[in-house]
Amino acid sequence: MARIVGVDIPDNKRGEVALTYVYGIGRSRARYILEQAGVSVDQKVAEWDDDQFAAIRKVISESFKVEGELRSENQLNIKRLMDIGCYRGIRHRIGLPVRGQSTKNNARTRKGKKKTVANKKKATK
Amino acid sequence: MSRSLKKGPFIAYKLERKVLAQNEAGKKSVIKTWARASVISPDFVGHTIAVHNGNKFIPVYVTENMVGHKLGEFAPTRTFRGHGGNKR
Repeated sequence: MARIVGVDIPDNKRGEVALTYVYGIGRSRARYILEQAGVSVDQKVAEWDDDQFAAIRKVISESFKVEGELRSENQLNIKRLMDIGCYRGIRHRIGLPVRGQSTKNNARTRKGKKKTVANKKKATK
Repeated sequence: MSRSLKKGPFIAYKLERKVLAQNEAGKKSVIKTWARASVISPDFVGHTIAVHNGNKFIPVYVTENMVGHKLGEFAPTRTFRGHGGNKR
C-alpha cells in the first residue's frame, strides 16, 4: 500500500491502473504521468522505489488538479450555474439531466431510484 | 458542433445597439427582446433585459457571472407544476 496525493492508496496493480484510483486521473493521464516521471508503465506499484514515487508526486502536483482541489472546483462551477439561475443551474437544483436528455423514461442516474406512484393508470387503448 | 471562432460570439445586433446607446446615455431601462439566442456580452452587465419566453417577458438582471451565457438560458420556456396527485 502506498500513498499518493493524500488519502489515495493504490496497491499491487500496474502503475497505469493504480494511479487511476486518484480522483482526476484516468488511464491517459496515468500514462502521461508515468512517462514524464520516467517510470515504466508495466511496473507494479510495489516495485517503485522512493525516487520514482517522488518523481510521480512531482509530476502530479505540477500538472494536474486532483482530489479535493478538483472536487471543490467542480462544486464551485455547479454552484455558479445555480447562483446565476440559468437553465443548467435550475436543472442541477431540481436534480434532472442538465444536457437536454430525455426524461420521459430513464434518466435514473440523475433522478435517483424509482419513486413508484400508487395507482398510476396504465395507458388505455 | 461549436461555432466558428472566426465569427466570434453571436450577439444580436439590434440588442447590442440599444444597450450601447443606453451605456452612452448613462441610463438604464428595461429592454424587451426576443433574441434568446444572443450571447450576453460584457457590455450588458448591470442592465435589465426582458427576455421573451414564448409567453411573456422575463426580466433578467445581468450580472458579471452571466457573461458568455445566452439570454434564453435565463428565461425558462416550460413550467412544471408537478405530477398528478388525487386532489386537484
